[in-house]
Amino acid sequence: MYILEGEGVSKYFGGLAAVDNVDFHVDQGEVVGLIGPNGAGKTTLFNLISATYTPKPGIIRFKDKNITGKKPYQICRMGIARTFQMVKIFANLPVVENVRVGAFFGKSTHVSSANATRESLELLEYVGLSQVANTPARDLTLANQKRLEVARALATKPELLLLDELMAGLNQTEVAEEMQLISSIRTKGITIVMIEHVMKAIMSVCDRIIVLHHGKKIAEGTPQEITHSEKVIEVYLGE
Amino acid sequence: MQTLIIIINILCLIYSGWFIERLLTKERKNSLITSGILLLVLALLATLPLYALGYTSILITTILMYIILTVSWVLFSGLTGYMSLATAAFFGIGIYASALFLPTTGALLPILVVVLIGGLASSIIALGVGALTLRLRGIYFAIFTFGLVVFIMELLNWWEHTVSHRRGRYVMLVDNDYIFYTMLGIFVLVMLTFFFIRRSKFGLAMRSIGENEEAAAHTGINVTMVKVITFAISAFFMGAAGAIYATKITYVDPYVAFSVLFSFLPVLMAIFGGMGRIYGPVMGAAIFTYLQETLQTKFSEIYMLSFGVLLVAAILYMPDGLTGLIQKVWRRISGGKRVHT
Repeated sequence: MYILEGEGVSKYFGGLAAVDNVDFHVDQGEVVGLIGPNGAGKTTLFNLISATYTPKPGIIRFKDKNITGKKPYQICRMGIARTFQMVKIFANLPVVENVRVGAFFGKSTHVSSANATRESLELLEYVGLSQVANTPARDLTLANQKRLEVARALATKPELLLLDELMAGLNQTEVAEEMQLISSIRTKGITIVMIEHVMKAIMSVCDRIIVLHHGKKIAEGTPQEITHSEKVIEVYLGE
Repeated sequence: MQTLIIIINILCLIYSGWFIERLLTKERKNSLITSGILLLVLALLATLPLYALGYTSILITTILMYIILTVSWVLFSGLTGYMSLATAAFFGIGIYASALFLPTTGALLPILVVVLIGGLASSIIALGVGALTLRLRGIYFAIFTFGLVVFIMELLNWWEHTVSHRRGRYVMLVDNDYIFYTMLGIFVLVMLTFFFIRRSKFGLAMRSIGENEEAAAHTGINVTMVKVITFAISAFFMGAAGAIYATKITYVDPYVAFSVLFSFLPVLMAIFGGMGRIYGPVMGAAIFTYLQETLQTKFSEIYMLSFGVLLVAAILYMPDGLTGLIQKVWRRISGGKRVHT
C-alpha cells in the first residue's frame, strides 16, 4: 500500500498545463525529493495534494482513500501537513501560539488547552525554538520562521509531511541543521515529500527523487540514477 | 457639571474595556484593586439616570450604541481582517424589527423580545449572506457588503411603496431610562462575548485567519465556518442595538434605518481608537461620538470642517489610533524606569 498515490494528476491554468498527467506514489516512511527547474509545477503539485487546488482531471489517494475534492482543513486533519515556499506564519502571534493553532485544529480529536500548550512547547524544544516561544513570529530570522512552520505542521500529528523549499535562502550552517531536522523527523516515522533546489541536501536525504519538467514527470529513481540520467542532466543539472 | 459627568462616564466605559484587555493579557497584578474599581465603574454607569440630566443620559446612550457597533465590527473585521461594510444592514434590520413589532398602537411583544428578534434576524441573514460571500476576499468582500446595505434599503423601499403603501413607520415611545439600560445591557454582553471569544480556541482560529488565511486552512481550521459564525455573532449585536435605537428615534423609513453612515462610522471609530487592544474601539467610539456631538451643538457652522481636519490629523499622526498614541507616550514616560528593571 502506498501512503500517497496520484493517478493522471493534472492542473491547467487557462491553456497552460502546470501539472500534466503526472502519476506518482510515495511509500510509507520514505523521503521523496521533488525537483525540477523553476516553473516545472512542483509547488502546484503540492497545492494539489494539500487541496489548495483540485486536480482536473486526476485522482489523489491517501492511504488508499480518495481525497480528491476535499477541503484543505480536512486534508490536514487526515494527516497531511505542509510548509510553504514563501513562509506563511501567523506573524503577529507569539511563536508558541503559531504552533498551538496546529495542535488545536490539526487533528480530528479534541485537544485540551493545557495539552495543546504542552505539545507546542515540546515541539518548539524539538526544532530548537524554545528560547523564542513568546516572541512575535515576525521577529524571527527566515531560518527560524521556516523551522516554526515545520513545528506548526508537526503539531497537527501528520503521517505525511510536505516540505516546500525548506532550505531556500538559508546559509551553509542552517542547511546542515535543516538536514539533521529532516532525518530526525523521519525517525519519528513520518513520511516526507520535499521540494528542494539545494542538490547536496536532496542527494543525501532522499531515498527517491521525482523530476518534473514543464509539468511532466521526466524521471524518477534513486539519487544515483537521477544524477546519471541523461534527460535530467539535459534539462536540469546542465551539461 | 453635566460635562464632567459625561467625561467620567466615558472614562468608566474605557476602563471596563481596559480591564478586559488586562484579563486577556494575564497581567493579574493588583487584581483586587482593579476589580474594585471595575465594580465602582459599573455602579456609576448603572446609576447614571439617578444623577444625570435627561440629555446626558441620552448622550451616553448614543455613545453606548456606537461602542456596541464598533466593538462588534472589530469582533469580526478586526480579528479576521475582512472589511465588512454591512453594519448598516444588520442595524437596519434591527430597526425594522422594532418598527414591525412595536408600533405606536401598542407593543405586540415585550421590548426585550423584540430586541432579541432584531438580533436573531440579523444573525440569520448574516449566516446566509456569509455562507455565500465569505469566499470573496479583500476589496470584493467590502464592496459586496456595502452593496448589501443598498440592496436591502431599496428592496424595503420598493416594498413599502408598492405593497404596504407607506413611506415610513412610527415606533412606540419608550422611556429613556429603559433604552439606556437596554443599551448598557447589550454593551456588557458584547464586551463579555469579545472577552470569551478572544480567550477561546475559536478566537485563536479567528486571529490566525486574520494573520494568514491560507496557512490557517492548511493547519486544520475550517475557515469558512469560523468566518460565517463570527459574522453572525457580530451581526446579532448590531441588530439588537438597532432594535432598541428605533424606540429612541420613533420614526423610521428605509433611508433612515439603512443609512450607510452606520456602516462607515464604526470603521472610522475603530481606526480612530486603534484596533490592537479591546479598549481601542471603545475609546474611539466614545470620544468620536462625544466630539461629534459637541462640535455639532457648539460649532455647528464649522462642524463638518473641523471634523474633517480632525480625522485627517488622526490618520496622519496616529496610525495606530488613540491606543497607539497612548502607548507611545506611556513608553516615553516610563521608558527610563523600565530599562533598569
